[in-house]
Amino acid sequence: MKLNKVLKGLLIALPVLTLAACSSTSSTDQSGADTSSMPQETVQVETVEKVVSPAEQMRQKLEALRQENTIYFDFDKATVRPEFIETLQAHGAFLTSNPSVRITVEGHSDERGTPEYNIALGERRAVAVVQYLQNLGVSSGQISTVSYGEEKPVDMSRSEAGFAKNRRAVLVY
Amino acid sequence: MNIVKLIGLVLAALLFSSQAKASLEIVITGGIDSGRPIAIVPFTFKGATLPQQRLDEIIAADLMRSGKFSPLANIKMPQRPQSAEQIDYAAWAREGVEAIVVGQITEVGIDRYTVNFELVDVLKGSNTANRQALNAGRLTGSMEHILDSRETTINGSQFRQYAHRISDIVYEKLTGERGAFLTKIAYVLVNRKLEFPYQLVVADYDGANEQILLRSKEPLMSPSWSPDGTKLAYVTFEKRQSQIYIQDIYTGRRTILSSTPGINGAPVWSPDGKTMAMVLSKDGNTEIYTMDVATKALTRITNHRAIDTEPSWSPDGKELLFSSERGGNPQLYSVNLLTGTTRRLTFEGEMNLAGSFMPDGSSVVMVNRTRGQYHIAKMDRQTRFLQVLTKTNLDESPSVAPNGSMIIYSTMHDATQVLALVSMDGRFKARLPAVDGQVKSPAWSPFL
Repeated sequence: MKLNKVLKGLLIALPVLTLAACSSTSSTDQSGADTSSMPQETVQVETVEKVVSPAEQMRQKLEALRQENTIYFDFDKATVRPEFIETLQAHGAFLTSNPSVRITVEGHSDERGTPEYNIALGERRAVAVVQYLQNLGVSSGQISTVSYGEEKPVDMSRSEAGFAKNRRAVLVY
Repeated sequence: MNIVKLIGLVLAALLFSSQAKASLEIVITGGIDSGRPIAIVPFTFKGATLPQQRLDEIIAADLMRSGKFSPLANIKMPQRPQSAEQIDYAAWAREGVEAIVVGQITEVGIDRYTVNFELVDVLKGSNTANRQALNAGRLTGSMEHILDSRETTINGSQFRQYAHRISDIVYEKLTGERGAFLTKIAYVLVNRKLEFPYQLVVADYDGANEQILLRSKEPLMSPSWSPDGTKLAYVTFEKRQSQIYIQDIYTGRRTILSSTPGINGAPVWSPDGKTMAMVLSKDGNTEIYTMDVATKALTRITNHRAIDTEPSWSPDGKELLFSSERGGNPQLYSVNLLTGTTRRLTFEGEMNLAGSFMPDGSSVVMVNRTRGQYHIAKMDRQTRFLQVLTKTNLDESPSVAPNGSMIIYSTMHDATQVLALVSMDGRFKARLPAVDGQVKSPAWSPFL
């Protein structure tokens, strides 16, 4: 799932939904007028388009960002792969426009190699994500990092696919 | 055997098996027949209440695990002597046995037992027996075949400990080096089904007498023993960041040692206990530092943009061994703390990690990666000869016994992380799986 598309989708969908809501109100009103066979157009009801409050907008965006908060890495590497750039840009855009929001970037590794080396590798992955976000203009004060190394795997199968899921950085809001 | 004794034995067996179900079990996976042949004869018992644990079984298991001895199975024993005078040396020599442990347990009061044992050299014993035959009728009095003999009174709960003590004596008499059977291991148990999934545990070296020192909802890592064996330094994530703590294992008192931004990891006590080597990333890169434990003053040891981690002290405290990927892949380096001279030690294999010196400083034990396989290996410092000791999967966290006889490490068995033992010559191998959960980060205590 491409996060930017979701966000763009939300931006388009929200006004459409609110428009749909106001048009339906007026149509029920009209149909009421028809059935009562009252003289027409004595009153005309108008509505104000409901504005989604900034807090609500932020909550919706956060929800979307939380859905897409994991960056995966290659074995023994800490380079952000191109397919995750869009995700990071979405997070970066949100964080720069909401400077009060703070996140923790968790770095993780798979279970191969030693625990101490993996702590260093996890840290590197977290730092790579932080640097990317900072290049997008996110303030360093908004981001902290923690490396859990191989201590918190999400997939315990110890298979290649499992290892790939565990080599990750997670943006935690 | 009368019925009372039989019931006693059955009860003892039941009690023993329930005790063995602590959280670690030992599964021997190789090398039981490669050591020096010895015999631990079952100790005779005089009394009414049979003790719960069999001294001879614990001693035999200890000696076998060292990789240096192959205790004779009870069923192959030609006789069951209870003291040196009863030994038929010719019969034992035919079994190829070098030395015999014989003994008696006498119940002397409520929960009080006197234990006698003798360690007898079979070759010297048969010579003495021959001389006695030649000098028939004359008291020769030669006792040189008795390598050691002791008498001690213990209570029922001390059997296991005293068995390890006997193992230590036998081991030292027969090898000339100190036994490490009375030592402990610290490790981290992870059971994700529990409310506090991460537990810091201390147990006897064989997994018995397990005691939980700390339970946490967040990961625990890297336990390291103080040289006096009273404290553990470790890494905790309880504040959602890594921090280094010291905990007194007897009083439970915890003190925080390091909590800088980024990594606070891999604490290792210097041999004199005054300094802690550790890994911090507060200055940007993952670097090795030493900290004065009393003043908390830091000294930066490495300065390189590559990962530097896993510090380990040389026995004289003058050098630190560490892993660094400054040469491309992680390899072992040593740094002289006085001059700052850094040397690369390993060149064989794709990676070498988690190095530590043998207690005599002659070799280095490490995790070696060759063709994608992580195994425990040992390298002679002079000849640089590297010997891979294990065949298990994803081996990590090797920790050497204080007498250098064995290595405990963590490995993967059937997708579960377990502890494993390997003797320093690679012959004896055993697994210590947890009954429930994963076990990792073992650390062998110093002599206690």
